[in-house]
Amino acid sequence: MTMGAERPMRNPSSGTAWGQGPWIGPGILLVALILFPLVVRNAYYQHLLILVLMWVVIGSGWNVIAGYTGQVSFGDAAFFGTGAYTAGLFASKLGISSWWAMALGGFTAMAVAFPFGWICFRLRGAYFALASLALNEVMRHVATIWESLTQGMVGILIVQTYVSKVPYYYIALALAVVSVAGIRMVVASKWGYYFLSIREDQDVAESLGIDTHFYKMISLNIAAFLTGMAGALYMNYMGFIDPEVVFSLHDISIMAILVGIVGGVGTIYGPVVGAFVMVAVHEFFRTGFFGLFKLLAAATGSAMVETAASYVAQAHVLGFGVLVVLVIRLLPNGIVGDWKKIAGRGVRPGSQGVGQ
Amino acid sequence: MEVFLQTLVAGILKGGLYSLIGMGMTLIMGVMGIINLAHGQLMMVAMYLTYVCFHYLGIDPYVALVVSMPCLFVLGAVIQKYALNPLMAVESILPENQVLMTVGIGMVLTEIARFIFSSNYRSVTTTYSGSAFFVGGVSFSVALTVAFLVAVAFTLFMFWFLVRTDLGRSIRATAQDRDAALLMGVNSKRITIVTFGIGSALVAAAGTLLMPVYYLFPDIGGPFTRKAFVITILGGLGSTVGAIFGGLTLGLAESFGATYIGMAFDDMIGLLIFILVLLFLPGGFKRLTKV
Amino acid sequence: MSFFEVDGLVKYFGGLAAVNGVSFNVREGEIFGLIGPNGSGKTTIFNCITSYYPPTRGSVRFKGKEITGLKTHRICRLGVVRTFQLVKPLGRMTVLDNVIAAAFCRGSGKREARETAMATLEFCGLAHRRRAQAGSLPIGERKRLEITRAMATQPELLLLDETAAGLNPSELDAAMELIRRIRGRGVTIIIVEHIMKVIMSVSDRIHAINFGQTLAEGTPREVADNPSVIEAYLGEENAQG
Repeated sequence: MTMGAERPMRNPSSGTAWGQGPWIGPGILLVALILFPLVVRNAYYQHLLILVLMWVVIGSGWNVIAGYTGQVSFGDAAFFGTGAYTAGLFASKLGISSWWAMALGGFTAMAVAFPFGWICFRLRGAYFALASLALNEVMRHVATIWESLTQGMVGILIVQTYVSKVPYYYIALALAVVSVAGIRMVVASKWGYYFLSIREDQDVAESLGIDTHFYKMISLNIAAFLTGMAGALYMNYMGFIDPEVVFSLHDISIMAILVGIVGGVGTIYGPVVGAFVMVAVHEFFRTGFFGLFKLLAAATGSAMVETAASYVAQAHVLGFGVLVVLVIRLLPNGIVGDWKKIAGRGVRPGSQGVGQ
Repeated sequence: MEVFLQTLVAGILKGGLYSLIGMGMTLIMGVMGIINLAHGQLMMVAMYLTYVCFHYLGIDPYVALVVSMPCLFVLGAVIQKYALNPLMAVESILPENQVLMTVGIGMVLTEIARFIFSSNYRSVTTTYSGSAFFVGGVSFSVALTVAFLVAVAFTLFMFWFLVRTDLGRSIRATAQDRDAALLMGVNSKRITIVTFGIGSALVAAAGTLLMPVYYLFPDIGGPFTRKAFVITILGGLGSTVGAIFGGLTLGLAESFGATYIGMAFDDMIGLLIFILVLLFLPGGFKRLTKV
Repeated sequence: MSFFEVDGLVKYFGGLAAVNGVSFNVREGEIFGLIGPNGSGKTTIFNCITSYYPPTRGSVRFKGKEITGLKTHRICRLGVVRTFQLVKPLGRMTVLDNVIAAAFCRGSGKREARETAMATLEFCGLAHRRRAQAGSLPIGERKRLEITRAMATQPELLLLDETAAGLNPSELDAAMELIRRIRGRGVTIIIVEHIMKVIMSVSDRIHAINFGQTLAEGTPREVADNPSVIEAYLGEENAQG
């Protein structure tokens, strides 16, 4: 009896401390990303790329705890929002530049993750997922109710440091590169082996001397740190946050899951692919197929098409729902994970880990 | 004292309804091991159906039960057959795919409802919506009392069904040991489809019964799913009796919480119970920690 | 001070005693067999020793140190490791990665872990399969992987749980040969089996249990001749052949 995927995941046994895998593809992408804002001056596209980079960070974080360690989190917004509020509160209440808060956003998120993991890692599988969902909701409620601290639903507004998007872009890019490179290193290290072992069979991992509780905590804290920093970046970039936005179940937590699973669970570059795809999909819906509907409405003068156009713009949640259903049904291992399936090539059973 | 009795009554009546919600979910969780995070959304669909029946067809909610329950049965069966059963055959890295799938379905249902009905609050106001009768100074909401009685009736029916009928026994057998049931000739795929259908029909009944005294909007599914989960775990997975216990407990907790602590904390109480329940489950705890 | 001892082990599941007062001593360097019919409590004893769940009563001591109830991973680091009866490969990892994961146990870095893993694979005869996906191995090789993984943690005491079940005759011989070689390395072994042939030929001493209680203990010959053991196995032995 064989298990699922025909090839073993991420064979970390070869390669250097920097991890194995292709350098060329990602290298070219990196160069392109570095040059991007210099070449493309349009603020709209720069904005999109900043979002993509932010989602690379969040998705990578989710991938560490869920994809590699097998503890699926449904509530990463809890960490994102904590980081965002850290940055915002530092700026608005303490007058400290919110940039300092970026790293702190990571640490405050870890402060949330620590007790959560400590208490809830005894739960396995789907019950841990539910607990993370509860955490998400609790944080959202706390942010809404604790008005003296967070100003509740009014939210936090800060003055943005830069007018141009370019500095934000490069900060986001740096964060994304650090995330991916960091995860690449971790996966190839002892931690990586331990995470995978926990995912594959927690009882076996324990019997082989792995302190599963400890390593699950490490994994969760890595995820929380990255996601928290992304949240702080968001605060700085957007200038405004409120509980509904940064602790949003659908727009942050579920989106993080989608980025992870669409791209490829348990792969290093999965979140990168996933981030690009998901932001594109989101924009697709938000702009009504990039204005196509509006065009059609104007061309045909049909009222129905117009309402359809305006609906499609709000339909991104529906689109996400459908996407979740379809992706799970058809591509359970994501684009990167099921790449061979998509590319239409067969796979020899027992073939070695790929450096894809 | 009177306030206390009032709160008690309100809690019990609501609890009866909650039991119906929990019963559906505990069946699904017990038989298939599926955590259905779209349960509240299914209830929402039933509520909108009831709304349509009332406002466009002039059908009283209690009569609309005949419409909403079969419709949701079919919807549930379809979901199980085409979206969930196929997942059990696929081996993928994340075993939580099933839960995620129900999340996706819940999102789809909510947004479709929003598309058709917009986010405005809707309600069904019947002649008896506001009326109550009094027993020794304590008021009993007519609608909730009827709902309570119907819930009791359905519970008794479920008991009979699960114990006396072949189908019911097959469901219980599958819940206890799937492989053994298979060996005994039970078609487990069919069982899962029927069970999801029944679970959906039960929560549809709860929704329909609730319409006269509640308000409706597309996002109402989420809180109810959470309630359903709390009820199920409080009572123990797969236990119909447990659903009753869980439903009553939650109904009373919410009622007393609202009266003695404050309305704003209604949601938080639900959340706290949700968390406590996850951590300190009676009986089911061991099951969760050594999957 | 005995190398390893189990003292008055009792384990209740609900109202049922799966293990009801079992005690034995294991000497360093020996192969100690634990036999009993199906359901006699053998695996439960292993589970208690390694804290898969804690015993209801009784104590377990390794090299004079009380290890009862310690966390499983700590017990492994102290030098006691077990294999699982229902083999559990880390399915989506390669054979080599499975063993490397285990080799990290000794606080080593990546390079040493890899070397230890390769050496262990050579020793256990699985090196030629190191790149295969663990989940795709046939049962005989899975069992071998189970042992290899355990060996990579460099244990002093190895608990083998029904390594022989499901193997064909030649696989069986290879397994027994491996067990002897492991002992030759200085590893003490407790082996649980219900196939008589295997355990009789490999063990130095045997402890027989049934219904969670001790039936007999002694050399293979002594135990095989013991009437209560024969009676317990009457049906089993005819079936096993």
